[in-house]
Amino acid sequence: MSSDIANPTNTTAGSVAAGAGTTRPEAIRRRRMPPEFNIFLVLIGIALIYELLGWTMIGQSFLGNQQRLTIMILQVSVIGIIAVGVTQVIITGGIDLSSGSVVGLTAMIAASFAQASTWSRALYPALTDLPAIVPIAIGLGVGLAAGIVNGVLIAYTRIPPFIATLGMMVSARGLSKWYTKGQPVSGLTEQFNFIGSGIWPVIVFLAVAVIFHVALRYTRYGKFTYAIGANMQAARVSGINVERHLVKVYAIAGLLAGLAGIVTAARAQTAQAGMGISYELDAIAAAVIGGTSLTGGVGRITGTVIGTIILGIMTSGFTFLRVDAYYQEIVKGVIIVAAVVADVYRQKKRAKR
Amino acid sequence: MVLSPQTMAAVRQSGAIPGAEYLLSAEGVRKAFPGVVALDDVQFKLKRGTVHALMGENGAGKSTLMKILAGIYQPDAGEIRMKNQAIRLASPLDALENGIAMIHQELNLMPFMTVAENIWIRREPKNRLGFVDHGAMNRQTADLFRRLNIGLDPESLVGELSVANRQMVEIAKAVSYESDVLIMDEPTSALTETEVEHLFTIIRDLRSQGIGIVYITHKMNELFEIADEFSVFRDGKYIGTHASTDVTRDDIIRMMVGREITQMFPKEEVPIGDVLLKVENLTLDGVFRDVSFEVRSGEILGLAGLVGSGRSNVAETIFGVTPATSGTISIDGRQVDISSPTEAIRNRMAFLTEDRKDTGCFLPLDILENMQLAVLQDRYTRAGFVQEGKLARDCQEMSAKLRVKTPNLYERIENLSGGNQQKVLIGRWLLTNPRILILDEPTRGIDVGAKAEIHRFVTELARQGVAVVMISSEMPEVLGMSDRVMVMHEGRVTGFLDRAEATQVRVMELAAQ
Ligand SMILES: Nc1ncnc2c1ncn2[C@@H]1O[C@H](COP(=O)(O)OP(=O)(O)OP(=O)(O)O)[C@@H](O)[C@H]1O
Ligand SMILES: [Mg+2]
Repeated sequence: MSSDIANPTNTTAGSVAAGAGTTRPEAIRRRRMPPEFNIFLVLIGIALIYELLGWTMIGQSFLGNQQRLTIMILQVSVIGIIAVGVTQVIITGGIDLSSGSVVGLTAMIAASFAQASTWSRALYPALTDLPAIVPIAIGLGVGLAAGIVNGVLIAYTRIPPFIATLGMMVSARGLSKWYTKGQPVSGLTEQFNFIGSGIWPVIVFLAVAVIFHVALRYTRYGKFTYAIGANMQAARVSGINVERHLVKVYAIAGLLAGLAGIVTAARAQTAQAGMGISYELDAIAAAVIGGTSLTGGVGRITGTVIGTIILGIMTSGFTFLRVDAYYQEIVKGVIIVAAVVADVYRQKKRAKR
Repeated sequence: MVLSPQTMAAVRQSGAIPGAEYLLSAEGVRKAFPGVVALDDVQFKLKRGTVHALMGENGAGKSTLMKILAGIYQPDAGEIRMKNQAIRLASPLDALENGIAMIHQELNLMPFMTVAENIWIRREPKNRLGFVDHGAMNRQTADLFRRLNIGLDPESLVGELSVANRQMVEIAKAVSYESDVLIMDEPTSALTETEVEHLFTIIRDLRSQGIGIVYITHKMNELFEIADEFSVFRDGKYIGTHASTDVTRDDIIRMMVGREITQMFPKEEVPIGDVLLKVENLTLDGVFRDVSFEVRSGEILGLAGLVGSGRSNVAETIFGVTPATSGTISIDGRQVDISSPTEAIRNRMAFLTEDRKDTGCFLPLDILENMQLAVLQDRYTRAGFVQEGKLARDCQEMSAKLRVKTPNLYERIENLSGGNQQKVLIGRWLLTNPRILILDEPTRGIDVGAKAEIHRFVTELARQGVAVVMISSEMPEVLGMSDRVMVMHEGRVTGFLDRAEATQVRVMELAAQ
């Protein structure tokens, strides 16, 4: 904006109530309390409850056991990687049901290019002992392709995201079974297995989270993602190429599901067609618990990370207290619904106040 | 004393409450939102069978007070009396049962439901099996429309109606509650003169039936035409109530803004340059045909016409929202292919749309984000990263210039008053530094003071060589600001008028044919 229109000649006589009509210059710096703060408190609350129950019921500390916490976070890392992608999809007002199946498919395909020559039943005997970068690249490519298919279907043919990704969910699962006629793929190279060893899955998860936290908050990609979810029509009129951007978002979600598949296979040192079943629901749950709104336009990666850890700590705590697995699932369901109810309530309160 | 709605309904039916000078009154009302005191010890008194206007700058608290009377917000303090009985309005339903209905500033209809379904929502006539009786519902709607003289099909989908027609549906819906008090929050901001006249006929009719009408508007002439009394608010405070025959327009403005506004349409003659935008035989099948015009640099072209004449559609097509079926658009004499808004922005066009809620605001996002979204295409980014600091400074400067009333730029746009939302959207497009500026109802819902300021902005842009196309249903605005006026009727251009020859009568002649 050129500066000479900055001060249209002022015809005001007398004083306008100071500060009423205009914003104060320093006001720009004041930020609200980050919305993740409440979710973080919930996480602390859950941990403390387990700690308390631990001492009273079985006389052990929950938080004092470093190993248990490490296992817990290792277990949810794969969900976390997926959830980072799913969060972005939900922010655009969409949903991705295919990520669990894409995990299975990429696990199978990546593993088939990661087999060692020492394994006698390699799927491609001529292609054994390849450097790990090959199966990784192929796996990421498969995930990316699945995501692009989702995105193109949704953006250009206007199929509702629920339906498009439901189709992908079923087909990708079918593909992964067909790929080896249901046989697992084993005998993977040391080099490939390394990505799933030790604390690596956690590092991958956190790296992915940091990258996309920054992308959503500070880049044009992020701003457009929120805008599309907040009001798709307005986004279009503001010059955003909505279709192309949606393809990007779903492609990234697919890519991250592919990455999760690679990590899963490397961690298990084998791949099976059934890997990743219902991961998409855990990922959606993590995002929603973390404050991402299913109506679009609202959500943050930091919330999703906390949501992922909440999911993990719940399971881990139940195991710690030796609660039956059936109860675990029941309670998990209740918590997911509670998170959505809390979201709806927050919105209502905002609208009413 | 707090009476249950049932008791109140009974009392109301009996008709006679001695000493009830006022139909509805509110006293000592206070309402604070985080960071803003929207209402501070405010009073309001409505007499039976009168039209009472509420006046005040954007963000003065008018809508907030009415939302309290309609049971949407709960006041922090204060007393509300209906026919001299203290009442508590815990929900919109409570308000309706107490005989208070409200037409909101933003349209609230369900686009995928029919006109009739929208009007009778939650009050649908049922058949013997308990299912909705659509036949009866459509008949009821037809009756209502006949009474109000509205020519809409009860079975058409609301989403397919123009903004003005949707507004008429809202009005009919509010009337259908047969309430004692009818609150209208800027009902005419989406209507053209003909429809406004129509609305006034409806209002006069309701008034003669003893209904009390609260009428919020920023249009001064409406006040004198329809209101018996008016109350003024400023910065959440009550300033005063007067009969509208007692005052002049300058008095009211002084009460509203606490200062004088010397000139309403600060139109200046600026040098007019070469043809910047040229549109030839533009056609969108079934909507408009053979639209041709040119706008020169520094020129303001006004687009006038009745609602449904295709003015907004032409603007949308030029901007690539709905690409044309035939015809050409040239900029600087070069033909351009504008197939999307992205393309239009690349050609340095800007387009403020008519419908703030549908195509303007990103409601869940904050003011800063709302302002910056159109400018990020090619500026304020480096390697994909947004240059937050610089952008925030410029947005801050813009919002100060436009006098957006808000505690800070991190407020969600949803929490701004209607007029302030509009200012943010204007800011969004001014930031893009356009060469061709298309404005569709730019001052909708904007108060007198800010309106003059926006007009001054537009004039200033014209001076810098921007070509401006301005659609407005407000005749004084079109006549006051335009160098030339293009009039449309049913999707065709019916004539051009130069500034000197453009009068209300000439424009209306061309608009109605
Ligand atoms: N839900 C809300 N949360 C926070 N602030 C709010 C909310 N609703 C209104 N406000 C603030 O209260 C003040 C009064 O707003 P209100 O909508 O009543 O103004 P108004 O007089 O109707 O203005 P306009 O003429 O622009 O419609 C404004 O500063 C607005 O930002
Ligand atoms: Mg208002």
